[in-house]
Amino acid sequence: MRHTGPTFGKRVERVEDASLLTGRARFVDDIRIPGMLEAAYVRSPFPHALVRSIDVTQARALEGVHAVLTVADLRPALTQERIPLALSSKELSGLAQKSLRDDITPPVLALDEVCYVGEPVVLIVADSRYIAEDAIALVAIDYEPLEAVADITSALTAGGPRVHRDIDGNVLAEYVLSYGDYERATATAAHLFQLDLKQHRGCAHPLEGRGVLAMHDALEQRTTVWSSTQSPHEVRLTLVQLLGLDDEELHVVTPDVGGGFGAKYLTYPEEVSITIAARLLGRPVKWIEDRREHFLTAIQERDQLWQVEIALDAEARILGIKGEMMHDQGAYTPQGINVSYNSATAVPGPYKVPSYELRVRAVETNKVPTMPVRGAGYPQATFAMERLLDHAAREIGIDRAEIRRRNLIQTEEMPYTTPLKTRAGTPVKYDSGDFPLCQAMALDQIGYDGFEARRAEAARDGRLLGVGFANATKGTGRGPFETATVRVGRSGRVSVYTGAAAMGQSTATMLAQIVADQLGVEFGQVNVVAGDTRYTSMGHGGFASRQAVNAGSSAHEASVKVREKALLIASQLLEQPVDALELSGGRIWLKGQSNVSLGLGDLAREASGIPGYSLPKGIEPGLEHTANFMPKGLVYSNGCHAVEVEVDRATGAVRLERYVIVSDCGELINPMVVDGQVIGGAVHGIGNALFEWMGYDEMAQPITTTFAEYLLPTTTELPRIELTHVVHRSPLNPLGIKGVGEVGTIPAAAAIISAVEDALRPFGVRIDETPILPPRIVALVNASSTAAGASGPASS
Amino acid sequence: MSRTRRIEVEVNGRSEAREIDVRLTLADFLRRELGLTGTHLGCEHGVCGACTVLVDGRAVRGCLMLAVQAAGRSVRTIEGLGDAEAPDGLGVLQAAFREHHGLQCGFCTPGILMTLTELLAKCPDATESDVRLALSGNLCRCTGYQTIVSAALEAARRLNGKLAS
Repeated sequence: MRHTGPTFGKRVERVEDASLLTGRARFVDDIRIPGMLEAAYVRSPFPHALVRSIDVTQARALEGVHAVLTVADLRPALTQERIPLALSSKELSGLAQKSLRDDITPPVLALDEVCYVGEPVVLIVADSRYIAEDAIALVAIDYEPLEAVADITSALTAGGPRVHRDIDGNVLAEYVLSYGDYERATATAAHLFQLDLKQHRGCAHPLEGRGVLAMHDALEQRTTVWSSTQSPHEVRLTLVQLLGLDDEELHVVTPDVGGGFGAKYLTYPEEVSITIAARLLGRPVKWIEDRREHFLTAIQERDQLWQVEIALDAEARILGIKGEMMHDQGAYTPQGINVSYNSATAVPGPYKVPSYELRVRAVETNKVPTMPVRGAGYPQATFAMERLLDHAAREIGIDRAEIRRRNLIQTEEMPYTTPLKTRAGTPVKYDSGDFPLCQAMALDQIGYDGFEARRAEAARDGRLLGVGFANATKGTGRGPFETATVRVGRSGRVSVYTGAAAMGQSTATMLAQIVADQLGVEFGQVNVVAGDTRYTSMGHGGFASRQAVNAGSSAHEASVKVREKALLIASQLLEQPVDALELSGGRIWLKGQSNVSLGLGDLAREASGIPGYSLPKGIEPGLEHTANFMPKGLVYSNGCHAVEVEVDRATGAVRLERYVIVSDCGELINPMVVDGQVIGGAVHGIGNALFEWMGYDEMAQPITTTFAEYLLPTTTELPRIELTHVVHRSPLNPLGIKGVGEVGTIPAAAAIISAVEDALRPFGVRIDETPILPPRIVALVNASSTAAGASGPASS
Repeated sequence: MSRTRRIEVEVNGRSEAREIDVRLTLADFLRRELGLTGTHLGCEHGVCGACTVLVDGRAVRGCLMLAVQAAGRSVRTIEGLGDAEAPDGLGVLQAAFREHHGLQCGFCTPGILMTLTELLAKCPDATESDVRLALSGNLCRCTGYQTIVSAALEAARRLNGKLAS
């Protein structure tokens, strides 16, 4: 598995692994600094309440406690009490609503009103987390509970409770996305079908929760913040803004990050209050989120309610889709309306939809804020589209595969521009791919044509088999850019500095492979520094399956420039034309002469100059280059998932018999890593379909706050996933790649629910919700059996 | 609240003696007192398995066991799993994980490796279903487990000498 020579496209082992496999990795909680203190938060036990008074006297008196801080204690250090809005939701200006209210983001610590269970109210800093947690019990807070809004439906009930005491109505944003003329479409439609869909997505649950450690260096007048974040530059920007500092006075560093999946792509209140505490106390302060806190306070995606209608002509071709979608925004909005907007723009997916009209309402509730979790609104849109097609196929009486074949964007129609716009204002344009091919391959592999025979055979043993499949697209590689600087040191060592943030996606390996290929060095020798604001001034970090596309393209462009420069310097030093030279093994050689060469380090020394002398002619200082690749539009990955399930009618258990994925992510930099991203993503989607439910009671009190109550998929629920790649190069970047992090998640729930419904066909059960948990399956089967006035077919 | 007791524990073959809080968990003892931060805490309620270590050869949850309960016992952690003679210090199981991409963020990995170390010691002929069952108490959010299972089976084959390496 050790490779020499170019590694692009090869299954090479990762540079990250040796330290992770031996316990030498350094996650934020692994950092211990002499004099370091540890923190815990007193959090609201109420979904909605007024904070009348806080008495911290007893807590402060506990031995080992160094500080007990409320928002009043933080205020002198703050330029404002609320965290600034991360995305301004400019897309609203093109829609009905002009902007969002300005008081929608979370406060740094609770003001006089708490709006979800888990909202941080008091920060305790002590010698250890054990003592800080002891002190929680000693803080006396007088709350006046208020009525809470537990879900979308009650939020929209006229005269019902308010999420925020002073804000009338609970609708944060309302907008309509539309194109074409749906009303005219329905006039000629042969078929009209309506569906009500209830969709739920749970939490992100990286195995490492959030965590932050801040240290103020009084000598250097500089604060360093180590955070388990997907967006170190964004965190720095927010912190310097809130604390009124210059960029140089505060750095954010990401140590090893144990997964993100969206939950770490924002600046949280804890990152602000811990930083202030460290500066106030003059000692390093660390806070590590525990799992219960992750359930209560890390962003989720949660609920969307859809009411949608599809119009089709006599040949089952889509004429249009119209509907309404309501999205549970939670109590605060740290980052705009991007989840609902993503969902709204992703409904057509790989299908031709001539007219479209979706009214969207982002609705506040007294629950933790929602933001993108892996998939970012696309799974819900895909579920809506695929459910509509399944429903139409059944009602019209044509095969599920056939109705899709008739409506997919055809091979020869690519690239395909839809009338929809991304939030950057660019058209939703599918740059490359072959959707009918992916579906055909997936169905062939799952044995779709032979399925009825398998179903019948299983039915003879009283077993219920079903097959389902779904197609999806995912816009990846969001801009505006990601920085990469490639630098050859005077020792000859090659380094890459990037604003990209690693959290398990193999960022270092990916960038090292790209750069090593250009500079003719071993990729294991390339040093990658990611997610550290000390080394790059700008960066946007990890979201929207974007880092390979953006940082990878920048690293490629930068290393091409460095290579050209190295050749140019060598050409002068050796007095040979550039085309007589070649680069390999970290040296530039005179072609055909094994005794004439210059190391990259020699060339870097030349490019750094000698005091008082000139640089080689035409050479800019330094053997390095910084590139900021700016994508012209989103790059669309796509995939088809096909799944065969067995449903146990008595227990409602769903067994995944086979799971087939055909995926098009463009060129594969490292197929081993791409497989891991797509399969891992699919299992996240399997969780969303069958296991993961973040429950709240009717008072908005969370009721699933452990892994025993909220189930993640484990080894025993999963079949061996069969993955095939189809490669259509993206024309939008120099590497021909597309993002891989989320496309595996998106069609999973749609495919699985379709299969479960198919298995329950003898009962006529319809499933218009996700997740579908065993008790619900049993209830649906029983309801249908009761309705039919029989116990259902025994083993027909 | 802060009663202490002196314990002696063998950790990765080394004898360690400390005066500790009686309420200190084994995982926190390893991480805080001994600086063995390879044992990770993912849920602190005994489900995710990230903190799995071996106590007298048996896999236990480091978050659910108190350090005082480990007194007089022998503890093995991820830091004691390597092979100093092998490339990058990786033992057979660790090397198989690297070859099969059995880890992404790597946070759950130490617990998974310890669980598998116990399995392969007890059950050298482990099949895929044995591996999946053994790992059903370890959560991973990145990989979907597939490559973890492949790596474990590969390690089993090698440890059995069925594969000439």
